Amino acid sequence: MSRFRLEIRVKPRPGLLNPEGKAIHHALNSLGWSEVSDVRVGKAIYVDLEAPYADGAVEAAEAMCRKILANPVTEDFEVAVVAEAEEART
Amino acid sequence: MKVAVVTFPGSNCDYDLYKAIQQVGGEPTFVWHRERGLDGFDAVMLPGGFSYGDYLRAGAIARMSPVMEDVVAFAEGGGPVLGVCNGFQILCEAGLLPGALVKNASLRFESRDVLLRVENTGNLFTADYEVGDVLRVPIAHGEGNYQADEGTLERLEGEGRVIFRYVDAAGAATDAANPNGSLRNIAGIVNERGNVLGMMPHPERAMEPLLGSSDGVGVFTSLSRSLVPATS
Repeated sequence: MSRFRLEIRVKPRPGLLNPEGKAIHHALNSLGWSEVSDVRVGKAIYVDLEAPYADGAVEAAEAMCRKILANPVTEDFEVAVVAEAEEART
Repeated sequence: MKVAVVTFPGSNCDYDLYKAIQQVGGEPTFVWHRERGLDGFDAVMLPGGFSYGDYLRAGAIARMSPVMEDVVAFAEGGGPVLGVCNGFQILCEAGLLPGALVKNASLRFESRDVLLRVENTGNLFTADYEVGDVLRVPIAHGEGNYQADEGTLERLEGEGRVIFRYVDAAGAATDAANPNGSLRNIAGIVNERGNVLGMMPHPERAMEPLLGSSDGVGVFTSLSRSLVPATS
């Protein structure tokens, strides 16, 4: 078994109103970044787990997303391995 | 009417529901979220509050509570289930109702009275109202913005499953009367079978004229009456 650190990105569905993103968008515009045309806020969840292979770790994380971490009505998700073995322990 | 009031860590309208049930002659019992079994209850209610601090998403963690398996089974068996505010969020997360409740469009926590139009009375919870009645009921939520895909919305409308809508004093569902950005001003819906109602406004806080409104009483009397066969 190896230890993996996964980054799970939970993203708001395109087309869905994202009030937090809208507020930040306005803030950026008013701070002078007038070129900003859209902001959407999602979340990143970091999970450490043990699995025989990276694929297994990703599969487990995807199952977690379907079960609880993401709401399929409003959110999409992406899973990436960001660290393996030693690095994940720190 | 024996009613289970399910409490989660962070529920805060559990006593309001308890009182409301008593007021219409029902017998409420608190059921802690770790308990199992809802046998012997005529109805189940999920109160408002901030279960698990709304972490992850409002209702997302509460729906994994042990008792929720029993709530799902109770609902699937046709038992009446009412979810108010956080209870509505939990019912959506549990898949007992379609759609999701996201952050208010205003980005503010909205705590005030709103006006609701009764859209359908052919269910267990609104039989004591008339279609078109306008009720004054408080809301208190940060995430009450009802979202669903177009197909789901069309189905809800087509099947008469939108039970309450936010309206203005004239009874019109305008943007100005919509406190949270909910699609089509939706404030409350029922499941396909009509035995599960989720709503963001708090009927249990509108039980006494002294406290501003008693327009919520009908939700509880409707249910109570539906559970007692007429004897006349």
